[in-house]
Amino acid sequence: MRNILDLEGRLVGEAPIDIDTTRRLYRAMVEARAYDKKGTTLQRQGRLATYAPLLGQEAAQVGSAAALDPNDWMVATYRDAAAMWMQGYPWEVLFLSRSGDERGGRPPVHVDVLPPSITVGAHMIHAVGIAWAEKLLGTSRIAITYFGDGATSEGDFHEAMNFAGVFKTPTVFLCQNNGYAISMPRERQTASATIAQKADAYGMAGEQVDGNDLFAVYAATKEAADRARAGDGATLIEAVTYRIGPHTTNDDPGRYRDPEEERAAHDRDPVERVRRYLENEGAWDGDWEETVQAKAATTIERAVELAESLDSPSPADIYGAVYEEMSPDLRRQLEGIES
Amino acid sequence: MSELTLAGAITDALATALDKDQRVLVIGEDVGQTGGVFRITDGLLGRFGDQRVIDTPVAESGIVGAAFGMAVAGLRPVAEIQFMGFSYPAYDQILSHVARIRNRSQHRFTAPLVIRMPCGGGFGAAEHHSESTEVIYAHLPGLKVVIPATPYDAKGLLLAAIDSPDPVIFLEPIRLYRLVREEVPDGYYTVEIGKARIESEGTDVSLITWGAMTHEVREAVEVLSGHGISAEMIDLRTLRPLDEDTIIESVQKTGRAVVVQEAPKTAGFGAEIAALIGERALYSLRAPVERVAGWDTTIPLKKAEHRYMPTTETIVAAARRTMEA
Repeated sequence: MRNILDLEGRLVGEAPIDIDTTRRLYRAMVEARAYDKKGTTLQRQGRLATYAPLLGQEAAQVGSAAALDPNDWMVATYRDAAAMWMQGYPWEVLFLSRSGDERGGRPPVHVDVLPPSITVGAHMIHAVGIAWAEKLLGTSRIAITYFGDGATSEGDFHEAMNFAGVFKTPTVFLCQNNGYAISMPRERQTASATIAQKADAYGMAGEQVDGNDLFAVYAATKEAADRARAGDGATLIEAVTYRIGPHTTNDDPGRYRDPEEERAAHDRDPVERVRRYLENEGAWDGDWEETVQAKAATTIERAVELAESLDSPSPADIYGAVYEEMSPDLRRQLEGIES
Repeated sequence: MSELTLAGAITDALATALDKDQRVLVIGEDVGQTGGVFRITDGLLGRFGDQRVIDTPVAESGIVGAAFGMAVAGLRPVAEIQFMGFSYPAYDQILSHVARIRNRSQHRFTAPLVIRMPCGGGFGAAEHHSESTEVIYAHLPGLKVVIPATPYDAKGLLLAAIDSPDPVIFLEPIRLYRLVREEVPDGYYTVEIGKARIESEGTDVSLITWGAMTHEVREAVEVLSGHGISAEMIDLRTLRPLDEDTIIESVQKTGRAVVVQEAPKTAGFGAEIAALIGERALYSLRAPVERVAGWDTTIPLKKAEHRYMPTTETIVAAARRTMEA
């Protein structure tokens, strides 16, 4: 398993990014954590529908997304808000999505990040088709797709990996192995020693990395993106991380795992690890931390205000997005509702 | 003009689209080297190359899912599923993603792809090769569902489907592939999606059908004429969006309706037509709406298949019942 930063924030390999970039990504992880904490709070207050926390997976998401070009495509899931935000999907749109509003699936025009996939597994092939199209169109754009260890059990994982292998599409498969698929541990998903080794079966590159190590995730994703852009096909990255929170706000991990395991996971905290690194390098102090935390809190509060300032979608909004032009039968139904 | 079969008209449409628009590509199992199991894509690989006529692994969900991604990224893929009965592994992709991406992104992302599927029975094929499950696609908001019955319509509707900004399920009645030839214009033209076609006008009873059953209904119109009954034949051509007005205007004129479908009766698309007539033309009716359908069974294999199928006789009998009511 590739590892660059140890638990104490000491380099055990070569840092793939400079100190300024590391500080920027540290701020991003702090902001992601602030978003995540807010998400859980808002759900408890009934202001969001079900929320799926990403707590503990900040390095896997921020580190991988940071290795992309700004116009690369992303096809991710309900737990990948940090990665989506890194690629340009605004926090307020993510909040909107979680609050039960279709407009939460509509990022700004220049952001080619698909709405978060809610079903498990079917979306990976979309990143294959998208990347394939870019290859056929002769651009240098690639597509990354995020999924969990549970998604590798779905048949669609096989079809996506197989197509990507056969057609050498410029796709990065970023599996966040966070240990659990709702209640079931990784061992119930596959008898393979690793998820990364499944890449061998599809004739593509595969690597297991410490998913709580910002540098390792960044370096592996950068190499995968370069490989894709060079025409050398897809890569499967298994980022081994841990889902500290529940699957969603609807379940209680106490029913299926030892609370001691969660406590131990805090020792592997991906954010704290980078903080220690920066401190070791003389690039962190308490004042700066305060600024970073305050900025994150303000940004997230502002995003909540923006998301909550919109009126609910009207029937015309919903009817109007079935087809490009509303068909006569739908128009008749809508008139019946509005009259 | 060329004299083409329905199959030939589809091939001509694909070639016309590939020629006209660089974004169009054909993708599916065996569509390249062998030209497809029905030879619909014959010759396209040689003419347009393997970047635009793509043989895939045997994986329907993968084909549709990849074509979905291509469409989202700006291409215009035409995916082929070898038989409608093999389309179900792709149903999750179609239902959960293809049909919904416009809604779930509020127009930000769209999937303008065409999924072609040969459908229907009557040729003694192996199990799973004779399906008429159009209703499972017609039920999904966000999809257009098209089923041509003539060579002219097949070409024009397929070209319209490829140009459509919304995803289209394009159903091809296998039994009609090589049944007749007709004059089909060369080059590009479209037939509007969402518009039914009145094949023959009549005043006593409306016979409403689509796909392969147009053949039997056409014969039934002749037989009824011999009995002094003037039947109006409507070929729906598009199941979704449904051309409600053409159906309703016809029933308001004739006061009688017979819906003919090859699919099993219960919860078939014919039930939707009957309900529509009940909603919008009940007081014009002089007789209950008749449904002539396949049995409520799995379509039988070769030896009993002909017993399952609606026939000219069963259609005529239903129309006569409406006259006697």
